[in-house]
Amino acid sequence: MSTALAGPEPAVFAALADPTRWRLLGMLGQQGAGTATTLAAKLPVSRPAVIKHLGVLDRAGLVTRARNGREVRYQVQPARLDEAARQIAAVAAAWDRRLAALKALAEDDRK
Amino acid sequence: MTVQTDRIERDVLIAAPVERVWELITSAEHMGRWLGDAGAEIDLRPGGKLSLSWREHGTHYGRVEAVEPPHRFVYRWLAEIDAQEEPTPANSTLTEFMLTAEGDGTRVAVAESGFDGLDVDPASRGATFASHTRGWTAELDELLGYAAGTPAGR
Repeated sequence: MSTALAGPEPAVFAALADPTRWRLLGMLGQQGAGTATTLAAKLPVSRPAVIKHLGVLDRAGLVTRARNGREVRYQVQPARLDEAARQIAAVAAAWDRRLAALKALAEDDRK
Repeated sequence: MTVQTDRIERDVLIAAPVERVWELITSAEHMGRWLGDAGAEIDLRPGGKLSLSWREHGTHYGRVEAVEPPHRFVYRWLAEIDAQEEPTPANSTLTEFMLTAEGDGTRVAVAESGFDGLDVDPASRGATFASHTRGWTAELDELLGYAAGTPAGR
């Protein structure tokens, strides 16, 4: 398996490692799309802060942005999130396999 | 809610004494069988060199960080296959093994961390994952599961 250290996407993981950005993703997922203004109205952070967080998510490929008149609308980019989840799962699964092999080796040797 | 993508933790209970498991975890002969599948080399002391090979995809090089027999063993390994530079938080992750006696057996806990700090060119890693149609909320749940320390199959 190619998961000895199937490199997780660094920018994606760093982008996900923040509770506000996580909430933003959740809200965008529920609503389908959103603007910095509508998102900020539902969060205990300012609009400029929301824009900054959306920028991080955008650079990580986790959301896409589209200008709609004077507003910029953001949407979740599921493929990228999916990839990140798969990579974490792959690393965890690799450790499960290795620990199972270690267990078999250790317990086999005792016989 | 905070999502933990930086660290992965797994553990297993093995019906063998701690000293025996320590030997399997820290000797090149055994590491090359259960951790890699095509051999390993290790200079078992802090700062010592380490390499682990897999038939299918090459060798990961690394460095031993801590050796505290028979309970704690820590190393860094480079995220990029076959790369041989000095491991740093930007190009490698940290793997820590903790062994504790449990009844007649040994609990082995492994934690691999430092994924958030990796600064490796994605294109160089050779791992590509096709996207599929599963809803993104399922992926969030999956990530949250890992964050909560209750991954599937535990």
